Order: sequence, then structure tokens, then C-alpha cells
Amino acid sequence: MIKSELVGRVAAANPHLYQRDIENVVNAILDTISEALSHGDRVELRGFGAFSVKSRPARMGRNPRTGAHVSVSEKAVPFFKSGKEMRQRLNRESAS
Amino acid sequence: MATKTITRADLSEAVYQKVGLSRTESAALVEMVLDQIADCLEQGEMVKLSSFGSFVVRPKGQRVGRNPKSGQEVPIPPRKVLVFKPSNILKGRINGEAVGEED
Repeated sequence: MIKSELVGRVAAANPHLYQRDIENVVNAILDTISEALSHGDRVELRGFGAFSVKSRPARMGRNPRTGAHVSVSEKAVPFFKSGKEMRQRLNRESAS
Repeated sequence: MATKTITRADLSEAVYQKVGLSRTESAALVEMVLDQIADCLEQGEMVKLSSFGSFVVRPKGQRVGRNPKSGQEVPIPPRKVLVFKPSNILKGRINGEAVGEED
């Protein structure tokens, strides 16, 4: 499912709203999460999961083509941990 | 710099501010969006949200784990796990503002 399909499905369940509004809702949600993470904040959605930011220390990397050493500076990466209810939902029907 | 924790209430508030629907409706829509994503993942389908990232369900095979307290071996049954792959845009956004942390 891609973003436009997500918008379509939510719009189908809300015929009284404009699809345009649903699109804005989805974008507002994703933007708010991204914005929070960019400040280093956590986003916790009970039952769904939690987004956080982890920092990766600076390290020496190598250019795989030339083998030259390059320094890779410290960086932050977003991380998602699925919530308990989500994990249970994924494993509900015992797979075959 | 204290880190905050953003919750559903904050997402609803953002939707309320940005979209201009009622607070009740905003909260209900946040819930519906999360539900649709969860439903889709439950079916094993991947969810790709451009400029944000994608959620992928990955199967994990059975392996032998160990009870760390007793040292006893216990089989961990095969299961499905959810992984989030952040888009390059999201990764950039997070590092763009974290530059001040350097040095």
C-alpha cells in the first residue's frame, strides 16, 4: 500500500470529507512525526509502535571501490520499535 | 535539551491545527490512519509512505534462544517482525538539524 492508497481507503470510510482533507491529515501525521524526530524527540503510539532517534558514532569507513579511508562523521538514524499489540496482530494466525 | 515524547494526542492536535476539522474528528482520523496501516501490515502487505519511509513485515525463522537467568535453552518459534525503513528524506531531515550536535 502506498500513501495515495492509504488516503483512498480512509476517504472511502469517510464519505462526508473531501479526499483532499484526508490527504492533509495523512501528511500532517507524517510531518509531525518527522518534525519531532528531527528535534531528537520520541514518538510513542501505543499499540502501534514507537519512533526514536539513535545516534551512530563517527567511524572510519572505506571507499569500497578505491579502498581509500574516509572518515564518516557521527549521524543520527530514525528507529522504529513495533508495539506489543502490533506484534501480536502480526503473529495472530499461526502461519501454516 | 529535554526530549519530549509525542503521542496520539499531539498528532490529533497537529491535524486539528493544520487541516481545520473538529478535534473529535481529527482524533478519529488519526486512529483510522494508524488502523489502516496496521490492517495492511497484518495481511503481510508492505506500506510505503513516500518521503517518510516504509514498513515491511519480515518473517523470522525458528532459532534456539536461551533463558538468560537459568541458562536453559528454549526454542524461539518462527514469527513475523515489523521493520521500518526510513526514507532518505527522513534521514536527511533528522541529520540536517542535528548538525549542531557536532563538535
